[in-house]
Amino acid sequence: MNSIILRTATRFMLPLLIIFSIIVLLRGHNQPGGGFVGGLLATSAFMLYAMAFGVPAVYRILRLPLTTYIAVGLGMALVSGLPGLIEGSPFLYGQWVGFTVTGFGELKIGTPLLFDIGVYLTVLSVCLLILLTLAEDS
Amino acid sequence: MNLTVVAPILIPLATTVLCIGLWKDRLMQRVVSVAGAVSLLGAAISLMMATDDGQIVTTNAAGWPAPFGITLVADTISAMLVLLNGVIALAIVIYSIGAIDRKRESFGYHPLVHAVLAACSGAFLTGDIFNMYVWFEIMLLASFVLLTLGGERGQLEGAIKYVTLNLLSSGIFLAAIGLLYGMTGTLNLAHLSIVLDRAENPGAITAVSMLFLVAFGIKAAVFPLFFWLPASYHTPPVAITALFAGLLTKVGVYSILRTFTLLFDQQMEITATVLMWISGLTMVTGVLGAACQFEIRRILAFHSVSQIGYMLMGLAVALYAMARAQPDTEAARQTAAIALAGSAMFLLHHGIVKGNLFLISGLVQRLAGTSELKHLGGLVKTHPWTGVLFLCSALSLAGIPISTGFWGKFVLVKSGLASGAFALVAASLGVGILTLYSMTKIWAEAFWKEPPETMPEPPPVRGVADRRQVACMAAPIVVLAGATIALGVFVDPLYRTALRAGEQMLDSQAYQRAVLGENYDRAVAGTLHELANPAIPGPTPTPEQEDKP
Repeated sequence: MNSIILRTATRFMLPLLIIFSIIVLLRGHNQPGGGFVGGLLATSAFMLYAMAFGVPAVYRILRLPLTTYIAVGLGMALVSGLPGLIEGSPFLYGQWVGFTVTGFGELKIGTPLLFDIGVYLTVLSVCLLILLTLAEDS
Repeated sequence: MNLTVVAPILIPLATTVLCIGLWKDRLMQRVVSVAGAVSLLGAAISLMMATDDGQIVTTNAAGWPAPFGITLVADTISAMLVLLNGVIALAIVIYSIGAIDRKRESFGYHPLVHAVLAACSGAFLTGDIFNMYVWFEIMLLASFVLLTLGGERGQLEGAIKYVTLNLLSSGIFLAAIGLLYGMTGTLNLAHLSIVLDRAENPGAITAVSMLFLVAFGIKAAVFPLFFWLPASYHTPPVAITALFAGLLTKVGVYSILRTFTLLFDQQMEITATVLMWISGLTMVTGVLGAACQFEIRRILAFHSVSQIGYMLMGLAVALYAMARAQPDTEAARQTAAIALAGSAMFLLHHGIVKGNLFLISGLVQRLAGTSELKHLGGLVKTHPWTGVLFLCSALSLAGIPISTGFWGKFVLVKSGLASGAFALVAASLGVGILTLYSMTKIWAEAFWKEPPETMPEPPPVRGVADRRQVACMAAPIVVLAGATIALGVFVDPLYRTALRAGEQMLDSQAYQRAVLGENYDRAVAGTLHELANPAIPGPTPTPEQEDKP
């Protein structure tokens, strides 16, 4: 689609949508949201970019092949289960690290977040792989 | 302990992930794939050893106690099937290095194979009925892509039948889970078993159990629902067919065994009758279908159907023996345990032998250029060792003594006679003869008769690359053929293990205790909700207690 309005808007929308998808990913721990929805939102951001600038442009800004993203995402989800095995706990048992950030309060980071980021990456890359392949054919 | 149960699922998953990461690098994918299969076999052996003393090993994923979280359970039958998974995995992966073409390999063949293996391990080990559904779905998706990989016309035709019937089965499975959950409020198999035992309307439960039977029956390819199997098994490359024949239908049979021994034992006389008919008709139609086929792989595919009948025969005889001897007498229990042991042995035997026969059909195709019996002949002169390997597996399939097939059938027939299921025993013996007929047909046509004029010029085996290819294909065949003979000669450990599996399947209480652990008493008393908020007193606080200061 060759429209200067779409192109200009997309330049601003892409980072905004990705930031929004990350917010949805992070709030998902206790509220509606999470890796799956966040991944779908990020996919829509990249698909908007594909509509404005064409499919090759998306591959250019992604830099790595999509299969690598799939592997990294699945790998993160898989690895997030392993710290649970420390101390003889079961697979996927949540392990948490807490530290204080000045002006923010206490921040806790744990393996469920790693799992969610893995889901985010997997959903994003699989959806993009399907959609971009279809878009290329037409 | 925690890791032992999870490892058979994690290793193939990790292999899948690594292979996807190495998408462009075919050589590294092969290395990772073989390493993954070797580790899976190692993990399966260690699981077998962990359950060797009759212990049921469990782990609660993420530490959520049963029945609230997902429990992974390994009793003897699960460990046996995970071991089969490991053996088939290694055989297929090594065979594929020789047999799978470059195009398929660079479009994700290795990751998909390991995804199927992970799903099979998961289905064998899960103690949660919904989780089982999830593993079934992973298996269906991965196997669907494997079936169509390459995109040949015949493959797509077979895959459409495969995926349509299997999606239908998934839908029925999910609906049945929904009904069961609505009736009981739990998904954990052990907890379900407790709740269903005291249900007030066994008729409704039996109705739901039939839904499960249909769903699993489609996956296992039993009598009226098997049409997808002969329609699709001969279309993909042989390595993929061998993987499907060795493992996928076993998952369906295992699910039937598990649910009908653990959950649906309320109206055994009804389920036993249904299962006996299904098992008998599956045997007979499968073997008759095979008798009129003239391509090696099609014959083998129909035989797969027929052999599924034997696997179900053990369960049918066990339920029949138990139903006829209400209340439980010790003798009936013994017979039932032996019958289930027969099923377990047959599952293992068939996985090895049928997988191997498919691999041999691939080797014949590679060496002779075709697998149509019409165009084959004289292989016993040109490739005598292939003939020997075929004969070992084929006679084992037909149940000739000193092979696993003989002992499997022997145990089934013995328990069938002891329980009085004479018609089924007669059917199984008759089908055995017809199996022998089909196997001798392949032998006589492909190996023995004079080569016909239409026999194509065999593809040459020249140079190091070709020899290595054939060696990769032959090595797993030799090992698997050796395994069926060795397990037949030294049958004692196999029979003991299978008998323990049978006894464990009948002992629902041990399973419940092992899975639920410290929550067992609460689950039996129906007071699990106290765990959610211990401050709330039980359902019936007596007035005197409340009055006290």
